[in-house]
Amino acid sequence: MSDAGFDEVVHEFVAEAGEILARLESGLVALERSPEDAELLAGIFRGFHTLKGNSGFLGFARIQETAHAAEALLSLFRDRRARPDAAATSALLEAVDRVRALVAPVASGGAEAAIDVTPLTRRLAELAGAPAAAAEAADAPSEKAEPPAPADGTVRVDVDLLDRLMNWVGELVLARNQLLQQVSTSGDGPGQRAAHQVSTITSRLQEGIMKARLRPVGQLLQRFRRVVRDLAVACGKKARLEVSGEGTELDRAILEAISEPLTHLLRNAVDHGLEPEEERLRRGKPAEGRIRISARQESGHVVIDVEDDGAGVDVPKVRERALRLGRIDAERAAGMSAAETLNLIFERGLSTSDAVTRVSGRGVGMDVVKTQVERVGGTLELRNAPGHGLTLRIRIPLTLAILPALIVSARGGRFALPQGSLVELIRPGEGAGVERIHDAPVYRLRDRLLPLLDLGALLGLAGESSAASTIVVLKAGEEPFGLLVDGVHDTEEVVVKSLSPRLRELDLYAGAAILGDARIALILDVAGLARRARLKTEGGAAASAPRSVPAVPASRPLLLLKGGDDGRMAIDLAGVERLEVFPPEAIERVGGREVAQYRGGILPLVRVAEALPERRARRRAGPAGEPGPVPVVVHRQGDALVGLVVEGILDILDEPAGAERPSSRPGVLRCVVARGRVTELLDVGRLMEAGS
Amino acid sequence: MSGPARRLCSARIGGRWFGLPVERVQEVLRPSEVTPVPQAPAGVAGLLNLRGQIVEALDPRVPLGLAATADPRACMHVVLRGPDGPLSLLADEVGDVIEVPEEEAEPLPPTMDEPARRLFSAAARGRDGLLPVFDVDRLIEAGSGRRR
Repeated sequence: MSDAGFDEVVHEFVAEAGEILARLESGLVALERSPEDAELLAGIFRGFHTLKGNSGFLGFARIQETAHAAEALLSLFRDRRARPDAAATSALLEAVDRVRALVAPVASGGAEAAIDVTPLTRRLAELAGAPAAAAEAADAPSEKAEPPAPADGTVRVDVDLLDRLMNWVGELVLARNQLLQQVSTSGDGPGQRAAHQVSTITSRLQEGIMKARLRPVGQLLQRFRRVVRDLAVACGKKARLEVSGEGTELDRAILEAISEPLTHLLRNAVDHGLEPEEERLRRGKPAEGRIRISARQESGHVVIDVEDDGAGVDVPKVRERALRLGRIDAERAAGMSAAETLNLIFERGLSTSDAVTRVSGRGVGMDVVKTQVERVGGTLELRNAPGHGLTLRIRIPLTLAILPALIVSARGGRFALPQGSLVELIRPGEGAGVERIHDAPVYRLRDRLLPLLDLGALLGLAGESSAASTIVVLKAGEEPFGLLVDGVHDTEEVVVKSLSPRLRELDLYAGAAILGDARIALILDVAGLARRARLKTEGGAAASAPRSVPAVPASRPLLLLKGGDDGRMAIDLAGVERLEVFPPEAIERVGGREVAQYRGGILPLVRVAEALPERRARRRAGPAGEPGPVPVVVHRQGDALVGLVVEGILDILDEPAGAERPSSRPGVLRCVVARGRVTELLDVGRLMEAGS
Repeated sequence: MSGPARRLCSARIGGRWFGLPVERVQEVLRPSEVTPVPQAPAGVAGLLNLRGQIVEALDPRVPLGLAATADPRACMHVVLRGPDGPLSLLADEVGDVIEVPEEEAEPLPPTMDEPARRLFSAAARGRDGLLPVFDVDRLIEAGSGRRR
């Protein structure tokens, strides 16, 4: 049809148009919120202008007309004869969509789509308040030579080529590992040197290729501003999108794969999560709903949170619906915890929305979203705050291919741990230093209690753990934990392969690795292990035992304390930094307040017992009847640390769902029943104020 | 109905011979290293390194109601084309590819146990008697403990 040169120009046009349209989209949404931004407006104008010029040159008349009509409207804004309002923005966004649709077939067929653009251009002209002819005349004098966009030192690479490069590098790494193994046993001097050089170069090559495939997630997130804006308009609600962590980088393939699930989640959030304006105002919330997407990297994963401040999930309603649809029977319903009930929304058709909305349709599957996420090896978790909102967390393993890993063994099996999660290695002599809290083994590491997991026992492997175990201290999120293994071998760069969804569901393995000797070692999922160690990871509360349903309870872990008078209190483990024990002489009085010197700073102290005036505490007496060592919970509130002086520290447990009473006492959030006793959940923020 | 013959790969599992549609069979491997996956469903014997690709090895004895294979490393592997990629099926022996004209495919004998019946699509008359033919997708689902 066209000669090679023309083809290339056409391809350039398509690629550039795609980029311009993406920028136009986010620009228009931003302009609606800040109509005074002249620079933004100029950028948008430039975008349409370039589209007009390029399409004119190639003979794409409809694209040219649409861009021209958009330009005319924009020049009105630029000349301050009007302000961009919702109607104008919607029309301009429609123009963006239309051009996209027109451009779509160009790459394959060489011609723009046969879509009638007259209704749209007419509408744009009306909004510009002038008949099309006059708009054209007005346009001529304002046309200036636009400076070309600055070059940014990048090239476009065919994604298939990137994929192949990635595979080849993967194979190269495997071969390199085998080579190193061979050479180390053969003791061949010059051979070894050459092999090591190959190794270094391979590592660099691998890093480079992996980087080349990474794209900042912000690209994707910016597009979502428009999605949220359109959804809000369609649902008749007010909503805004906040985005953070845009610089977080993700492999290109994964980015593509999560685009759809994220869009679904946003749709659900705006459509079902956010309440209508009047209701929000009634509940004392701002009229405009807030949706926040944040992305960050954490121990070999990218974590993306989608959080809304809407109504959250109505758990009883979910239970009811499940009962009504026959998914569960009455007996099971009675025995299910809030967390388990919440997980029902991942089953098909269990959306609690009764109305089929224009936007989302009936129950646009959370089950679909979950499957899509799992297909790329990720997980989806929920954190529900009824009345306050819902957070959905997508966690995806970072680039698929190559990972530095520590190889450990337990009862004859070999496993790999991602180097990135490793904190340190400890060899406790003969089990010294291993203590117990309520039958759970812990290790006292520099005055910190480290929960321990016996890997062999956890996996149910036959045999006994060796007496000479090593503790591998790992971290997934905030709190480290220890993994007891029989032996620690070398670190290797391993080629990571993903496992099938059913094996991933076990919440034990992040993938499988092919080692240098071509044998397979399962890569342990550190976050999953951490959950079993009953810690707060950033992903939510811990499950105390592996279940067949990968439930993540929406409850939080609490630190259980002894209150004065043998009462029970608890605080949210989230803010707790460390558990310390101060000798009584470490506590000083300054200006009527108690403080202690701590880690090079001054730690203000608050005696919990005294901040709650009703409780009279007796000072803990040491053997001589003198005040004994003082247990202090070091708590972080924003940038500041504060020490909460307590009677004693009992345990860490998950906040139980169920029986709850709001408390009218200042300083106490509510009462829960924990371990069979009524426990007051303290409001640390208030305590701190009270103590000052 | 007459038509093209079915070609089946024959495999001996737990003392019986079975058939597998040949278009679902990618290749057959000699006994190889199988790495167990602790805590995996009983039908998953472990993982196999197939030229750099990690492939799950399923033990068909489990969905057949027999005791799991004692030593997966002594078994042959029939690598199947599964819905999500290749999967290996452990077998004691792999026989010839046999051709069964369509008319000779028979329904399953009513004496066959109910849970096992679901794993098969038909029976073929082989040299040494009736050969139950596996329904590959159902077998994979059952063997890997997939819940639906």
